[in-house]
Amino acid sequence: MLGKGLLGIYLSALVLLPIAALLAKSSTGGTSAFWREISNPEAVAAIKLTLVISAIVVVINAVFGTLIAWVLVRDELPGKKVVGALIDLPFALPTIVAGVVLLALYGKGSPVGIDVAFTRTAIALALLFVTLPFVVRSVQPVLHELDVSMEEAAESLGARPLTVLRRIVLPSLAPAIISGVALSFARAVGEFGSLVLITGNLPFKTEVGSVYVFGQIQNENLPAAAAVSVVLLLAALVVLGALTLVSQWRSRHVL
Amino acid sequence: MSFSKLGVRTVALGYLALLLVGPVAMIFYRTFEGGIAPVWDAVTAPNAVHAFWLSIEIVAIAVPLNTAFGVGMALLLERGKFRGRALLGMLVDLPFAISPVVVGLALVLVYGKTGWFGDWLIGHGIQVIFSVPGMVIATAIVSLPFVARETIPVLRELGTDAEQAASTLGASGWQTFWRITLPGIRWGVVYGVVLSTARALGEFGAVSIVSGRIEGETQTLPLYVQARFENFDITGAYAAAVVLALLAFATLILMNLLTRRTRADTAV
Repeated sequence: MLGKGLLGIYLSALVLLPIAALLAKSSTGGTSAFWREISNPEAVAAIKLTLVISAIVVVINAVFGTLIAWVLVRDELPGKKVVGALIDLPFALPTIVAGVVLLALYGKGSPVGIDVAFTRTAIALALLFVTLPFVVRSVQPVLHELDVSMEEAAESLGARPLTVLRRIVLPSLAPAIISGVALSFARAVGEFGSLVLITGNLPFKTEVGSVYVFGQIQNENLPAAAAVSVVLLLAALVVLGALTLVSQWRSRHVL
Repeated sequence: MSFSKLGVRTVALGYLALLLVGPVAMIFYRTFEGGIAPVWDAVTAPNAVHAFWLSIEIVAIAVPLNTAFGVGMALLLERGKFRGRALLGMLVDLPFAISPVVVGLALVLVYGKTGWFGDWLIGHGIQVIFSVPGMVIATAIVSLPFVARETIPVLRELGTDAEQAASTLGASGWQTFWRITLPGIRWGVVYGVVLSTARALGEFGAVSIVSGRIEGETQTLPLYVQARFENFDITGAYAAAVVLALLAFATLILMNLLTRRTRADTAV
């Protein structure tokens, strides 16, 4: 009993209380005030940029994450273990270091002559870096369990490689890919650390939602910060909630 | 090997090289370009050392708290039978869906000078925001779900047979936990601890807001990297970043050793 009480207090203090304060602040002026804050042109631009870039990033993740998982499971690649271990590096590396690292190669004075600092490309690059492991890590175990004999059967019946991929492999991997994509999206929408150094915080150009919120906190404009925070939180929760619903529906109707 | 297989391998590895390996290798190269001496000076600068120890101090408070919480919550979610368990599980995972910046803002709204507890805290001379307590709370929030999340599947795998046998033979709840459950789940717990330590050590957004970023006082190592970078002290920024990157590599190695350990355990 005592244990449950302590767990409840800890969870309430760390999760419920802050969320409640955030919701309270964003709704102090009622719906009209909330609407005014999030329809501020700079806020709209920041939210739009966040959602669009995150969407592009997760599509790239879906493609390359699946390819990487395929190489890690099916390919007899020498040094595969090292490559496999490196995939988790973006999770272990502090986000600010991710930003510094990307600028070292693709920033001012780049040794390869590519300078994307303060551009939207840099934002996409940073988001791709920090979300790299999600799709790989969700597809890998499914691909591992996937029975090769199905593919072999299709092949021996005359299916071309692309047909096998489209009709056999991808349908089995789809749930895992979707799950990785949803997790990447939630992460990308809220990402901050890897972006601070490389976006240059140019309003209407490279200012994403989290950076906008940070700026508003610095300006002591807490209602605006709270309103946009709620939008970012909702975007992440809607995608994660949809993921839960889809996987529940699948486990009920497919098996 | 077929042509298409080679193609896929090239594309996948090329992507990893351009996005991950290239940039990380580059920072090591650029850091040590001018030899070890300037790097050593940068790493041993008083503010860098202070930032390093402050980071360690915060991790040393936040991670044990989260570990106790995570193990208890995993037991409750996996072994308990009550309504709303799924909802509770989602609540525990919630910090993963929240932007660190939003965590920072929410803490300002609770503990800041205009926040819910602002007046009370000022009246009692307690400072949470712009000082270490706020930074600890922020760090604890962002690394909250890891231990519970890594422990739950191990707990499920372990089953309840041994626990039931122990309690039938007269073991108390605590005895069963310490002698049966904990040894069974230890590697899952340790894996969660490694992940939350890495996350806590690298936390930037929430701590950035809550700390006020006072050099030599409330500046953690990730905040130090940013400050050096923005002051055009590239050597200082790179050196501190390399320290953090080395800690990340240590984390990766631990993760891999532990995965092998857990597999060996379940195989037996």
